[in-house]
Amino acid sequence: MLTLEKRPSPSRFWAGVTPILAVILTMIAGGILFAAMGKDPVEAILDIFWQPLFGDNADYFRAQLLVKAGPLVLIAVGLSLGFRASIWNIGAEGQYIIGAICGAAVGLAFYPADHWYIFPLMVIAGALGGWAWAMIPALLKNVFGTNEILVSLMLVYVAENIQSWMAFGPLRNPEGMGFPGSRNLQQYPAASNPELIPNTGIHWGVVAAAVAAVLAYILLKKHILGFQIRVAGQAPRAARFAGVDPKHLFTICMGISGALAGLAGLFEVSGPSGQISTNFNVGYGFTAIIVAYLGRLHPIGIVLAGLLLALTYIGGELAQLSLGLPSAAIQAFQGMLLFFLLGLDVLSNYRIRVKETRK
Amino acid sequence: MSLGGIDLVVLIASLMVASTPIMLAAIGELVAEKAGSLNLGVEGMMIIGAICGFIAAVETGSPVLGFVAAAAGGAVMALLFAFMTQVLLSNQVATGLALTLFGLGLSSLLGQGYNGIKPPPTPKLFGSLGDLPVVGPIVFGHNWVVYLSLILVAGTWAVLKYTRAGLVLRAVGENHDAAHALGYRVRTVRTLALMYGGACAGVGGAYLSLVRVPQWTEGMTAGAGWIALAIVVFASWKPWRVLLGAYIFGGVTVLQLRLQAAGIAIPVQILSTAPYLITILVLVIMSARRGRAAQGAPASLGRVFHASH
Repeated sequence: MLTLEKRPSPSRFWAGVTPILAVILTMIAGGILFAAMGKDPVEAILDIFWQPLFGDNADYFRAQLLVKAGPLVLIAVGLSLGFRASIWNIGAEGQYIIGAICGAAVGLAFYPADHWYIFPLMVIAGALGGWAWAMIPALLKNVFGTNEILVSLMLVYVAENIQSWMAFGPLRNPEGMGFPGSRNLQQYPAASNPELIPNTGIHWGVVAAAVAAVLAYILLKKHILGFQIRVAGQAPRAARFAGVDPKHLFTICMGISGALAGLAGLFEVSGPSGQISTNFNVGYGFTAIIVAYLGRLHPIGIVLAGLLLALTYIGGELAQLSLGLPSAAIQAFQGMLLFFLLGLDVLSNYRIRVKETRK
Repeated sequence: MSLGGIDLVVLIASLMVASTPIMLAAIGELVAEKAGSLNLGVEGMMIIGAICGFIAAVETGSPVLGFVAAAAGGAVMALLFAFMTQVLLSNQVATGLALTLFGLGLSSLLGQGYNGIKPPPTPKLFGSLGDLPVVGPIVFGHNWVVYLSLILVAGTWAVLKYTRAGLVLRAVGENHDAAHALGYRVRTVRTLALMYGGACAGVGGAYLSLVRVPQWTEGMTAGAGWIALAIVVFASWKPWRVLLGAYIFGGVTVLQLRLQAAGIAIPVQILSTAPYLITILVLVIMSARRGRAAQGAPASLGRVFHASH
């Protein structure tokens, strides 16, 4: 009979190997799923993981990789800080939307003026919007002890409704022939977030994601706050004796993750998506949760995981065209990845022993 | 009787319909949580139930089979959660999220080609009795799933309070180490409780796709599973309060829909946020009463059980 024996501390070896194992298992399970749908599994997996990187038009797709990985990494880095300390901000999607709306609203307020400071102001507004939206669950938790998971999640639905209201109402393009959606910020240079180096996909959001990952790395390694986050997650009681104020930590972690999600939304709405529409958000806030876990809540891991999940988005679109694979397949695929990852964690936290059953 | 142009009888009758999916999901989750498992994947189980029920009902032409398939679909999802958290000892919060994300994706995948179809209608149980004035629409005017949900609430309350099985389940949820030492099978009890929760959530989801909407659209649960989780907290883990909680939310939902239809001068989207804002408000009020134990949460809720002997 197999039994589990708790390791004194998680195995570093398995912590590194399990994400790779999880990806392989997801490919196999995904292949089975695609085969069950009557698609050629090998071709589907190749389309998702190989074609965007090395197939035809790979140059274009590699640029798209950064465009999609940017927001994922930016949000996931913020979430990972909280997750490490068992602070569950599940509402990054809402903070992303509100950040985008605040940033875009500031930009549109200046239309059609042309000043150098418009875009920086939008960036600040985006970060503040996301931060403020995350402060709601943080305040409620600190004052009343309200569960932050449910509150932050409820606020996603509220944010989506506000988004739809904005697209139909206050932010609607007055020259848009009555169609919902704001003016396109890509056509308003002072407020747009363009590609910085042609054909690389690098825009300010990608730069911000890289900076955030580096700063998070330094924070966790060198700064007292990083130490507090790690202690609070691994040993809450010890953290209290070490003088960590849980409420203070909660506010900071929620604030950082909200602001980063808001930034991601602003960079997306002023760049790749261009406008506030009823569906400019594509679930990055939720996928970022998978990115954070797949990256082991570690900044470097998150960058790699962000690129991988971005790859599944792009590969999924490709497979949609070439095989007629529905777009939802990728969502199921990403969900499976998180399952395998969490399940395989048993290997890093426990030793598996073979025990003879006593009769 | 009418209130600001809104007929009270119609309001109460439609409130019962609107609250049924949430009530079903919440009473199931209550049992799972009473056994000590925190399954945040209610939303995922509901939407899987919605699509499984829809497909089965459309393909067989029988709504009853649809609901059976929905219960099975939800239970299978819950079994997956049970395997992850009870055998592989994974983090319950993260696993629940995974279940929701996976369920949303898988349901859209399964639902390909089922958009825009009308499911077979679920008939009213008491036929023409529903035409009686006042009591007709409220007491007799519903289909059998509404009555089933009420029976499930009563049954769950009775089983938890008066039977040995209920006592064991609560013991496992309050102190799994002590329950284990007494010889109860903690994992088995939790797995069964989770599967009951999954089946209830599945039926709740199918109620959305087969009766309330009735159609299949992607992501149609729109947070109902999360609201169900909030109702369990609101109910302080007491079955009868789940009924009350679900009716309050059903009432708010129906009222805002009526206000939308009445053409009130508030944007539709702002009215639509009402159920979510009320959920937050209720959570705040409940949590303002200090202490987990005072709120009635099972003491072992969400803790990993690892028997070393």
